[in-house]
Amino acid sequence: MHMADALLSPAVAGTMYVCSSVAAGYSVKKIRQEEYEKKLPTMGVMGAFVFAVQMINFTIPGTGSSGHLCGGMLLSSILGPEAGFLTMIGVLLVQCLLFADGGILALGANIWNMAFYGCFFGGMILWKQIMKKKISKKRIIVASIAGSILSLQLGAFSVTLQTLASNITELPFPIFLATMQPIHLAIGSVEGIITAVVLVFIYETRPELLWNYKENDKKKDRLSYKQVIIVFAALAMVIGGLLSLVASANPDGLEWSMERVAGTQELEKEGGIYTLTKYIQSITSFFPDYAWKQSESITGTIFSGVFGGIIVIIVCTAFCFMLKFFRKKQGRNEKKHE
Amino acid sequence: MNKLGEAAREIHKSDYVNNDREKLGLHPLSRIFITFLYLLLVVSFSNYDLIGLANMVLYLLFHIIWYDISIKTMLKRIWPVLLLTGIIGIANPFINREVLLELEYVTITYGMVSMVTLMLKGIFCVMASYILTITVGIGQICYAFQVLHMPEEIVTMIMLMHRYLMLLIKEVERMQQAYKLRASKQKGLQFLTWGSFVGLLLLRSMDRAQEVYESMKLRGFHGKMQTSFLKSNKRASIFYIFFWGIVLFFLRMIPIFSLVGNLFWKGTGQ
Repeated sequence: MHMADALLSPAVAGTMYVCSSVAAGYSVKKIRQEEYEKKLPTMGVMGAFVFAVQMINFTIPGTGSSGHLCGGMLLSSILGPEAGFLTMIGVLLVQCLLFADGGILALGANIWNMAFYGCFFGGMILWKQIMKKKISKKRIIVASIAGSILSLQLGAFSVTLQTLASNITELPFPIFLATMQPIHLAIGSVEGIITAVVLVFIYETRPELLWNYKENDKKKDRLSYKQVIIVFAALAMVIGGLLSLVASANPDGLEWSMERVAGTQELEKEGGIYTLTKYIQSITSFFPDYAWKQSESITGTIFSGVFGGIIVIIVCTAFCFMLKFFRKKQGRNEKKHE
Repeated sequence: MNKLGEAAREIHKSDYVNNDREKLGLHPLSRIFITFLYLLLVVSFSNYDLIGLANMVLYLLFHIIWYDISIKTMLKRIWPVLLLTGIIGIANPFINREVLLELEYVTITYGMVSMVTLMLKGIFCVMASYILTITVGIGQICYAFQVLHMPEEIVTMIMLMHRYLMLLIKEVERMQQAYKLRASKQKGLQFLTWGSFVGLLLLRSMDRAQEVYESMKLRGFHGKMQTSFLKSNKRASIFYIFFWGIVLFFLRMIPIFSLVGNLFWKGTGQ
C-alpha cells in the first residue's frame, strides 16, 4: 500500500504531513508520560523486527500465493498504540529512504494510511476494547483479524481519496474504490491471520509482553489450588467409591507368587515385634480387607475406598507443604551464608 | 540473491559508501532541503506537461555524474515504482482518448501522455530519493532531523532501528535457511509454522532489546543518542542551496527542451 511521490499532488502530500505530524506529536507526548527511556531500545529493535519480518513470504494455504506482514497491529498490541505508531514511522522512513518503498513526499500519506489506522484504530480502539475484561486466545484472534482487516480497509479507502484529490488517475472514483477495497480485504485477512498466530504464540510463551496484559489474565485460565484439590477429591470418590466395586477378587502379583512358592498368600509370624504391630493394625484398621469389621457389605467397600482416598490426599498434601517449608528454610539459610 | 541478502547489501552500502562521496562537505540539511524542493516541483507538473517535466532530468544527471552513482543499481530501484504508477495510470489511455498529436500511423492521446507523465514523475522521485540516501546516509539524515528539532524519541528510535536492522535481517536469513534445509520442497513459510517462526524471532528480538537497554544504560544513556557529524562546509552548503534553488525554479518555469528544439526545427513546444 506504499504510495509513491508521483501519486500525490503537493497540496495533498502537505496536508497528509500535517495530519501525521499531529498524530506523531500526540504519541510523543504520551510516550514521555511513560518510562520511555526503557521503551526506546525496544521500539528500535521491534522496528527492525517488523522490517525483517516483512521480507518473509508466508505461503497462503490452498492458493499457491504468498503474503507478508504490515506490522501496525502487531506493534501496537505489544508496544501500545503510541509507541507502535512512532515505531511504524521509523519503519516507513527507513523503507522509503533505503528501499524506495514509498516516497519521501508521500511519507506523510503513508504514515497515515499504514501506521495511523493500524495503531490507533486497530490498537487503541479495537484491541483495547476487546481485551478490556481479560486477554485470551479467542480474543487475540478476533482482535488481530478484525483489526487488520478494518485498518487495511480504511487505509485503502484513504489511498483512493488521496489519489482522487491529487487528480492523478482518470479512473472514476467508484471503479477505483471497487478495485482497491476487495484486494485489501484479502491482504488484510492474511495479515490478520499472521498477526493472530504470532500473538497467540507470544500469549502462550511470554504473555507479559502483550500490551495491557494483567497478571490475573493468564491465571484465570489456569486451575487454582482449590480447584485442583476439588478435582482430585472428586476423582478419589469416583475411583475409590465406585470403581472399587468392580475390583478383581483375584490375588495380586506378590500374593500370587507367594501362593505358588509357599502355598499361602500371607505368611504367619508370631512373637515379638510381629505381635505388637498386628495389635496396632487391628486397632487402627477401620476397614479390614476393604469392608466393615465383621461385615462383607457393599457399603463397607465403598466407604473404605472413599475414606482411604481422602486420607491419602491429606497425607500427600501435608507432605508437599512440609517439603516446601523445608526448601524455603534451606533457601533462607543459604542466603544468610552468602 | 534473495530479498533478505539484497536488503542487507543495501544497508551495508548506505552505511559505508556515503562518507566517501561528499566531496564538498555539504551540510545534510542542505541536501535534504534541495531534494524536498525537487520532489515538490516534480509532482507540481500537470498531467500533460511531459516536455516540461523532462527538464527535471538535468538535476538527476548532474548528481549522478558528480557523485559517481551506478545507473545499474539505480535502475533496480525504479521498476517497482514503474509498476505501481503503471497500474494506477493504465486506465488513462482508455478513458481519455482525446487526440493530442497524429503522426502517420500513430495517434497520441492525452490519456497516453498523462500515463507516461505519471510514470516519469515516479522515476524521477525515486532517483532523487536514492541519490540523497546513497550520498548522505541515514546517520547524517538523523542528524539533520535533530537540527530540525524533530522529537528526540523518534530520532533515537530510527537510529537504533537502523543499527539493528542488519542484525535482524541476518537472523531472519539464518532462520529461513535452516527452515529451507529442513523443508526443501516448500516455497515460503507454511501456515503451521507461522506462529512459532515469527514468534520465536520476536522473543529473541525482545530479549535483545532488553540487553541493548541494559548495556546502553551502563554507558550513561538517558533517552538521547548522540549523532555523529563530520564538520560541514557552511559556505558551500549555502551556495548549494541558492544555486540549486534557482536552477530548479528555472527548470520548472522555462521549458528548456522545447526552446532548444525550436531553435532547430521551429516546431510547436508541447
